[in-house]
Amino acid sequence: MTDAAFLSTAPPRTTAQTYCRHCGEPVRGRGDAEFCCAGCASAHAIIGAAGLGAFYRRLEERRAHKPAPLETDFAPYARAAGTSDYELDLLVDGLDCAACVWLLESLLARNPAIQRVRAHLSTRRLSLRWRGSADGANAHVGLVAALGFRPAAYDVVTVASDADQETRELLRCLAVAGFAAANVMLLSVAIWSGHDGSMGDATRTLFHFISASIALPAVAYAGRPFFRSAISAARARRTNMDVPISIGVTLACLVSLHETWSGQQHAYFDSAITLLFFLLIGRYLERRARGRARQAVRALLALSSRSATVVAADGTLSQRRVDQLDTGDVLLVAAGERLGADGVVIEGRSSLDAALVSGESLPQSVEPGAKVFAGMVNLGASLRVKVTVASQHTLLSEIVRLVEAAEHGRSRFVAIADRVARAYAPVVHATALLTFLGWLVLGGLPWDRSLLIATAVLIITCPCALALAVPVVQVVASTRLLHRGVLLLSPTALERLAKIDHVVLDKTGTLTLGRPELIETNAHGEALAAAAAIAANSRHPLAQALMRAVPDTVPADGVVEHPGLGLQRGEVRLGSARFCGATNEIDDGHSELWLARPGERPMRFAFADRLRSDARDAVEALKRRGLTVELLSGDRAVAVARAAHEAGIERWRAETSPAAKAQYVAHLSKQGCRVLMVGDGLNDAPALAAAGASISPTTAAEATQNAADAVFQGDALQPVVEILDVARRADRLVHQNLALALLYNLSAVPLAILGVVTPLIAAVAMSSSSLLVIGNALRLGARPLAKEVR
Amino acid sequence: MDSLLILVPAALLLGVMALVAFLWALRNGQFDDPDGAAGRILFDDD
Repeated sequence: MTDAAFLSTAPPRTTAQTYCRHCGEPVRGRGDAEFCCAGCASAHAIIGAAGLGAFYRRLEERRAHKPAPLETDFAPYARAAGTSDYELDLLVDGLDCAACVWLLESLLARNPAIQRVRAHLSTRRLSLRWRGSADGANAHVGLVAALGFRPAAYDVVTVASDADQETRELLRCLAVAGFAAANVMLLSVAIWSGHDGSMGDATRTLFHFISASIALPAVAYAGRPFFRSAISAARARRTNMDVPISIGVTLACLVSLHETWSGQQHAYFDSAITLLFFLLIGRYLERRARGRARQAVRALLALSSRSATVVAADGTLSQRRVDQLDTGDVLLVAAGERLGADGVVIEGRSSLDAALVSGESLPQSVEPGAKVFAGMVNLGASLRVKVTVASQHTLLSEIVRLVEAAEHGRSRFVAIADRVARAYAPVVHATALLTFLGWLVLGGLPWDRSLLIATAVLIITCPCALALAVPVVQVVASTRLLHRGVLLLSPTALERLAKIDHVVLDKTGTLTLGRPELIETNAHGEALAAAAAIAANSRHPLAQALMRAVPDTVPADGVVEHPGLGLQRGEVRLGSARFCGATNEIDDGHSELWLARPGERPMRFAFADRLRSDARDAVEALKRRGLTVELLSGDRAVAVARAAHEAGIERWRAETSPAAKAQYVAHLSKQGCRVLMVGDGLNDAPALAAAGASISPTTAAEATQNAADAVFQGDALQPVVEILDVARRADRLVHQNLALALLYNLSAVPLAILGVVTPLIAAVAMSSSSLLVIGNALRLGARPLAKEVR
Repeated sequence: MDSLLILVPAALLLGVMALVAFLWALRNGQFDDPDGAAGRILFDDD
């Protein structure tokens, strides 16, 4: 093939841009093409053949996703149900609109073998039940993947978790309390308006009895979550917020029952049940937020788990779940695949990307006998790796152990609500007791009158607004962050983030994108375009980077890939220096590709990991907020110094091991710094756990995300600044709310002690303070942050 | 006052009916996928 023929396929710039009919991306290449890739074309064909073309209309503003090949074997995840049926739960990434639900359900239901299909939009879950064999799973899941969705196995054990049960129980309690509160309040309003004498004693007593018959069973049912917690706290000789709540509500019911029995004027049934209702709202919001965070972590992990290809003794290949690999198994690791276990290379030469494991940004070359670790990505030719799981000594388990040790320190952190409750409960009890004794001994009232007044004190001081003050702010803050692609994983994350004064950043994958970008080449114009056209045929990270560097690249035809060496199209070669016959090798620490064309000197393309586009601005923004910013990396000093300089960070450390990172962070904490660690690698996990608060990008390794308080999506570093801003504002609001709640108590308690608080006053005070606190919390969602970063 | 003897039980009965309906819906999984259900009603089976 001649150069002229090669050039003829250079991208013809079309004037009218066409868009892919499936995924909506601009179509590169011939003007009459309707799809951007073969995957999209086949997805469109499948949908069209099933007569579900209405899908594209129903997507409205959204776009379908580009299909990616399925890399996992789903048969092991299928579980038998009945004699010949199988079930499978999937987590489907991309299942984010009603049209997707409709498409998946309609399409899968066309298959007569499928007995049941149900897509859940809120949880992105797809439940399947089919007749046949377990292997059918791959056919069904393959169809889902062919449409552009990314399915992952959803472990059933983790789905039916305790958290789900608990949230449901709270919701049931909330329903019962809500019903009872509304009806008792209806009767109470009648009683209060009859206080002027228009209601007879007999009617009032009847109404009190009806109230009692509604409120008592409801309190017994809806109060269980509080009673249980209070009892377990009392057993452990501790006190928490639930102890005064339980005592207050129980005492209010008993005293009111006594009052009703003796035909007295005041009963606190409405206060008792309304109190429970408000408290349950707070508890429910808190648990739901916590459950969502947990579910989000599970979803992230499910999406990142893959199966490994095992080579049997007779040479046959099979897919196995990573957690079911044994010592001595031989794995076939294809180009672009992530290693599932630690092991030793027994066949093949390649280079591995260890960025996630050690923070090293340069690929490291391996040959038979080299030790490799779970989490490394194969960049070159396929390898055979023998698994060496010496259980306690794998790198991963070592890191997990470090994380656990470091997290021990963090568990000592006590949420502000709990701290307040610990100080608050004894004061409440003492005040109520003193009121009772005071009226009984000094005031000369009979015991039941004194008890009634003491009960009023307990009801007024019940931390209703206090219990709502923190969860409502947390819900508003996490919703706000969720819209910016940030997920909070720990319930106390916001509080700890608000106190940060020192930010430690990791380099590879955190400050940088963690993927190579073209930074330097001596090829220009058509040579660059030609190289990109050839590169577009490969999934190798460097080839992908080259393709990204040249916009509107059309894949060239007739390209042959030589694994581990490069790409060839006729006489034109693109690949390693050896493959292209380049002799003038330069060693400047960059990854490289060479382009060799007949009659020309080989041309070099150098790649390096580039900073996130807004890294400098984000670092600047952090400094403006008075934070000390530091760079801590496992990479070589040259690379770290360059990245630090580019991002405008003065303090940096290079070549730090995972344990050294954790030690350094612990050292900073000991000096009184409140450290925020931002990192993505496995080597950062111990440091993340050791820091006062921690954030990871969603591209981070599993163990790392587990150790982080929050994860953020996308190519920008800006979310880190956003998280800190929201955390600080949320912290201010929590303190305001606590102050409001305290102020309300300080002003109402003297009245209660004097015995002038009737059930009517109690109800008004309680509701108004709760509404005030909720209203204050909602300000966080409504207003833009004071200082947005430009 | 006689009206109370009818109206109060009637009001309570209605309230209990709503409560039972809610608990039934909760148990029946009606709240499992609120976002999906909102969109689902717009599509007929064509």
